[in-house]
Amino acid sequence: MWLIKLAWKNLWRNKTRTLITMAAVFFAVILSVIASSLKEGVFENLVKNVVSFYSGYIQVHKTGYWDEQILDNSMEKSTAVEQKLMRQKNVKGIAARLESFALASSANITKGCLVSGIEPQNENQITSLQQKIIKGQYITDNDNAVLLAQGLAERLQLNINDTIILIAQGFHGSTAAGKYPVKGIVKFGSPDLNDRTLFMPLAAAQDFFSAYGMISTYVLSLTNPDLTEKTASAIQSTTGTDYEVMTWGQMMPDVKQHIEADSNNMKYVQGVLYMLICFGIFGTILMMMVERRFEMGMLVAVGMKKGKLMFLLLFESVLTVFTGCISGIIASIPLVFLLNRYPFRMGGETAKAYERFGFEAIFPTSTDASNFIQQGLVVLVMGLVLSLYPMYRVWRLNAVAAMKR
Amino acid sequence: MGNTVIDAHNVNKVYNPDTIPVYAINNVHLHIEEGEFTALVGPSGSGKTTLLNLIGGLDKPDQGNIVINGVDITQLSPGELIEFRLKNIGFVFQSFNLIPVLTAKENAEFIMLLQGAKKATRNERIGQLFKEIEMEDKLNSRPAQLSGGQQQRVAVARALASKPKFVLADEPTANLDSKSASNLLDIMARLNKEEKITFLFSTHDQRVIERAKRVITLVDGKITSDTAMVDTNILHAEIK
Repeated sequence: MWLIKLAWKNLWRNKTRTLITMAAVFFAVILSVIASSLKEGVFENLVKNVVSFYSGYIQVHKTGYWDEQILDNSMEKSTAVEQKLMRQKNVKGIAARLESFALASSANITKGCLVSGIEPQNENQITSLQQKIIKGQYITDNDNAVLLAQGLAERLQLNINDTIILIAQGFHGSTAAGKYPVKGIVKFGSPDLNDRTLFMPLAAAQDFFSAYGMISTYVLSLTNPDLTEKTASAIQSTTGTDYEVMTWGQMMPDVKQHIEADSNNMKYVQGVLYMLICFGIFGTILMMMVERRFEMGMLVAVGMKKGKLMFLLLFESVLTVFTGCISGIIASIPLVFLLNRYPFRMGGETAKAYERFGFEAIFPTSTDASNFIQQGLVVLVMGLVLSLYPMYRVWRLNAVAAMKR
Repeated sequence: MGNTVIDAHNVNKVYNPDTIPVYAINNVHLHIEEGEFTALVGPSGSGKTTLLNLIGGLDKPDQGNIVINGVDITQLSPGELIEFRLKNIGFVFQSFNLIPVLTAKENAEFIMLLQGAKKATRNERIGQLFKEIEMEDKLNSRPAQLSGGQQQRVAVARALASKPKFVLADEPTANLDSKSASNLLDIMARLNKEEKITFLFSTHDQRVIERAKRVITLVDGKITSDTAMVDTNILHAEIK
């Protein structure tokens, strides 16, 4: 007990040194937590963008559809298949789509667009489409109206309640043509989707394309996105070879690669940060060792066992590093939440590059508790490992040499 | 004859044995008995501190044996030496070396804490020692609040707290003014007389040499003289 009391008193013998060490750990934890939260947050956000904009975590198509995305490769909407999909533990929701391309026109303006026939309620659960409405209203199952993406609406100079004309090739080579009122306008972060997408109820789309009872895609949302690959494999094994089950990463390999590259870059940044943290903590430890070398020699000379002296130094380090860690974690919580609420927003060419991939050009932080705990532990362990150095020096200490002025 | 406390035989300590050997201690024989008050004198570099370090088990001789209270400390492992020092030897250093964060009392009882002495024992012993060193009113003062002389007195109390077999003091008065030095010597002489504590000093200080009962002179690592001093008080008493 007296040793702990002495350690506590020693901490405050040189307040500046102790506070510098605590501050080094404190800022180290904050920087580390923010770097890690950013890494995770950016990754999560990019995946969420990709998934919630349109693709979902997993899609199920008729085998061969992905390589040749035409209506003739569509499949029948099947309650049995839907039940099989819903029986998977990790599947949270399913939405069926009938997707194909059409030529949209208004007055004398024409533009190619992606027509997506959707189940409005199911779709909304997966892609939060209703939240993206900036004008008008969301469509219902029985509507014979469309939702236009904002960019497409601007290009065609259409507003709500205006009429859009669509011409396309329908199922089995039939001709598809129709006119639909614009019920709402939606805005996407992805310029690609924002410039060319049009939504209508599934029944209306099937009618437009003369593809009655047909769909091209089942889009799946998941409870735990970390288990995407595993869930896809399980679905594939239950649905058999007539269907292709694809994860978002398989559908967009370039996007996945980009996200992973970004994530790896952050790892290097974090590595450099860890090195800086180590130097910061180690510097103060060296300062302490130089300052107290004589005293340590004296303590060993008068009969203090090296083990006790090592424990004393270790306890001082633990107290310092632990205090710095805890206060760093506490201080980083509001910062991380603030950066989640008001994320860094990129500009210029970087922003354009992100948007080309269909991402919002923002860097939000992840508020996952594991980031705080993990980074706090990493810095704590680093601090404790560095504390082994004074212990090593004590172990090697020669009292006579240490007491030479 | 009292009990032998220190018995050193043929002790040698050589620095740079492979290049240009420097004999810090050269074939020293030393015998000190309980209750002696001995000064180790000699010019700078004569080997006084080295000899104290060897006797205190802080350093190992290259040759010879040092027997303290019947234990040949040259045969002890580093860990055993630390334990031995804790139980048998008190140290007083030139620059006091008190722990700045502890009070005078806590500094003095530090060795007793290392020995695991109980609180009541510690309080009793420290109370008694602080009375001896006339610092009862400074028990709770920090070293920074004490003068150099007071700090050295606390260092003496620390050295004596665990009732060691003997005290090694390396230039104990070197950093003290003459009044503080005289005070300290009075205290040590009294403890030597009343508690039969054996003291071995290294010193340049004539005041210490004058108070010593025995003066050993060391030159170039060799003992060149070993003189028992006449206690003038006894002499005066005999004349009367």
